[in-house]
Amino acid sequence: MKTYRNPLYAYQRPPEIDAPGGRRPVVIAGAGPVGLAAAIDFGQRGIPVVVVDDDRTVSVGSRAICYAKRALEILDRLGCGQRVVDKGIGWNVGKVFFKDELVYRFDLLPEPGHRRPAFVNLQQYWFEEFLVDRARELAAVELRWENKVVGVAPHADGVDVRVATPDGEYTLACDWLVVCDGSRSPVRQILGLEAEGQVFRDRFLIADIHMKSDFPTERWFWFDPPFHPNQSALLHRQADDVWRIDFQLGWEADPDEERKPERILPRLRAMLGDKADFDIEWASVYTFQCRRMQRFRHDRVIFAGDAAHVVSPFGARGANSGIQDTDNLVWKLELVLAGRAPDRLLDTYDVERTYAADENILNSTRSTDFITPKSRVSRTFRDAVLSLAKSHAFARRLVNSGRLSVPAVLAASPLNTPDRDADFARGPAAMIPGAPAADAPVAGPAGDWLLGYLGGGFTLLGFGDAVGPFGVGALARERIPCRVVQVGGKATAGATVVEDAQGLAVRRYDARPGTVYLLRPDQHVCARWREFDLPSVRAAIARATCNH
Amino acid sequence: MAALNTEPNLPSPDDFYERLIATHRGLSDDESALVNAKLVLLLANHIGDATVLAQAMEAARDGVGTPSRGEAP
Repeated sequence: MKTYRNPLYAYQRPPEIDAPGGRRPVVIAGAGPVGLAAAIDFGQRGIPVVVVDDDRTVSVGSRAICYAKRALEILDRLGCGQRVVDKGIGWNVGKVFFKDELVYRFDLLPEPGHRRPAFVNLQQYWFEEFLVDRARELAAVELRWENKVVGVAPHADGVDVRVATPDGEYTLACDWLVVCDGSRSPVRQILGLEAEGQVFRDRFLIADIHMKSDFPTERWFWFDPPFHPNQSALLHRQADDVWRIDFQLGWEADPDEERKPERILPRLRAMLGDKADFDIEWASVYTFQCRRMQRFRHDRVIFAGDAAHVVSPFGARGANSGIQDTDNLVWKLELVLAGRAPDRLLDTYDVERTYAADENILNSTRSTDFITPKSRVSRTFRDAVLSLAKSHAFARRLVNSGRLSVPAVLAASPLNTPDRDADFARGPAAMIPGAPAADAPVAGPAGDWLLGYLGGGFTLLGFGDAVGPFGVGALARERIPCRVVQVGGKATAGATVVEDAQGLAVRRYDARPGTVYLLRPDQHVCARWREFDLPSVRAAIARATCNH
Repeated sequence: MAALNTEPNLPSPDDFYERLIATHRGLSDDESALVNAKLVLLLANHIGDATVLAQAMEAARDGVGTPSRGEAP
């Protein structure tokens, strides 16, 4: 590759090779985007974590390239969002073509006043490199390269992980094993667990090319284009003038042949024209699947990301949902490790994230059925939708080239306290219990965006100064402390005050003076009230941590 | 809740039928299939009501092939 050289991380002889080591609270299998996000989250909380990975570098090839707004917001909390955004290519607009005509255009973030765009495109290797750099800043994180998990022995109060290295094997004893080792998950296989679902009978070629071009920074998707008849194609810009091109090939295509440059080049020439000046950086042929494990938690072995669930790539719901898995898991595991929440809090990880996985699988299956129709009549309806879309607005809503990743609203979560006040806004964008917190521009001591003040631990977001110094002090002294962030109002000892710079926080939270929102450490709303009441907040925190 | 109206509702049934057949004149089977699909989509959007549409799909499928799986929407 011309634009990227994979870093080589040094293998170090693990001390356990020479003498049995102590027991670790958390071991993570896999140093991909999901395992690294988990490691950073544990590390920031001061929980010692060992990450084992069978390789000694980051992703080879660009692979996952679209990082969604919610994943970026999580990375902001993990201290590496800015690098990803600075290096990546932000985009909000997608265009869909049928043959050679534009039939549909969508804007995924039509309103201003959010720190992060709908999406940033960045090659997975850059993404992982930035996460590795961040993980290395944290004393509690130990990354072990060329450490391959070859055995897993769960027992009642921990897990013995057998690890192979260039110097031989050793055993790593831990309380919890977090498995983020990808769609083929060796750990899942070692344990004889399955992920069930659907395999799609289609093949896609993905090619990364290096090219100077003034194509706009948008997602362009073609159905049946003149340059690639009867199939679909996708063009996406990445960092460093690298462009991702997907060609649908059909099930009959020979993956070994299609990977050869002499097969790829004519396809690219047909698409980009004879004058385009480009080099092929990387190419791969893939098939895809939609499936998940029945349960993500198996006692002390907990699965996250592709190891637990895989979706087709249309919709960017793979890495983005994996990062949300760890966002959901780590704070819960921290409380359980500290003895501040019962073990069953971890069952809610399973409940909430299998729900999210089902939503992702549903969306991605529907997109796949539209892009890869399984029958003649399905193809006819697909083409009917596309041919109506240009002149009839209703049909544009049916065009499905991927329903792009949005965070799950955990409306049915047992951790939510149902609304007591009936006058709160509901509807799709409302901050109902279970919704991820909306961002808004603010002015305050720690940056210009509301989300920067929320999460990590429990946060009570109050509009005005209704919580008062007694409430602020009491919540700070709880066994599970909760800090108070105040939007407007007079200064209160112990509370952080931000100003609602453009009135958007009030609007997005349907707030009045006195309204308070309780946010979980992962920035999901778990309760809200029209006025502050200390016992209600305590009860809601107890509920959100299974301490009731 | 609205229900699918299967009582006579077309003011001039023979005119409608003639027009439906005429719409397909000169088309190959594939082209006709496409026109029918577009017609279904246009009418479905006009109706809008999910219950009515589900009842219509059920009534159309009734007696054709093996019973459908009746997947919930």
